[in-house]
Amino acid sequence: MNSLSTYLIISALLFSLGLLGILQRRNLIGMLISVELLLNAANLNFMAYNRFLVSDPVTGQVITLFVMGLAAAEAAIGLSIILALYRKMHSINIEAAQKMKG
Amino acid sequence: MDTSGLNFILQAAFWVTVALTIAGASIAVFPRNILYNVLGLALALTGIAGFYLYLGSLFVAMMQLLIYVGAICIAIVFAIMLSRPLHIEVPPRPARKVWMGILASVVFFIGAVGVALKTKWQVAAGHVYEASKWSVQSIGDALLTRYELVFEVISLVLLVAIIGAVITAGFSRRLSS
Repeated sequence: MNSLSTYLIISALLFSLGLLGILQRRNLIGMLISVELLLNAANLNFMAYNRFLVSDPVTGQVITLFVMGLAAAEAAIGLSIILALYRKMHSINIEAAQKMKG
Repeated sequence: MDTSGLNFILQAAFWVTVALTIAGASIAVFPRNILYNVLGLALALTGIAGFYLYLGSLFVAMMQLLIYVGAICIAIVFAIMLSRPLHIEVPPRPARKVWMGILASVVFFIGAVGVALKTKWQVAAGHVYEASKWSVQSIGDALLTRYELVFEVISLVLLVAIIGAVITAGFSRRLSS
């Protein structure tokens, strides 16, 4: 269909939007959403290489499935940590979480 | 004549998918209402499932819809709605930090696009597009033969994550109340 570099540019754009989100938000759930965007950009790269370059197309799909599983685990753990942190310090502004600062 | 018309429709649908994905990713990052962010994330993930269809894998596209849009987005929406104060506005970062973040992501974008365009990608020797290699059956074979150890470890990781999430969210309630 389209060339490999089209997909690579799209995923680079998605990754840099997610990076901007992580660097610029202070809401913890916003940062979690940005992490999901980063993981999806990486997945899109895997699938594009898988379609255009590789001789055995199973590998990229399996890796994409594994990344999805890990992202699900990461979202569950991240949300529960955010809830625990909110109960502890009554705010989800990450700059309030500095109890371990010396 | 007929195939060129079909190709035109496919190309137009591809660029519409690109526009939807980029718009969804922007909605997921920029608005300050957290519910808009989640909805934009769902839009972007649906667009990425469309890309997977274009890349030839129906199974992975369905898994993307099922796991990301159906599970992760819903989990985030539940976490926002069940604990009321999570959507309270946080004061924005100082402008200097925002500009440094924009600079960093623009630098990354230029670098990644440069690498993608300058590299001469080597196509592997046996690369032929065959529909039979992309079937669900071949994925299942690979999962139960070559990647079986990884498969089992992923299921263990998911189990530990579920138990850890329950303990983290439950114990902190007991401690604070």
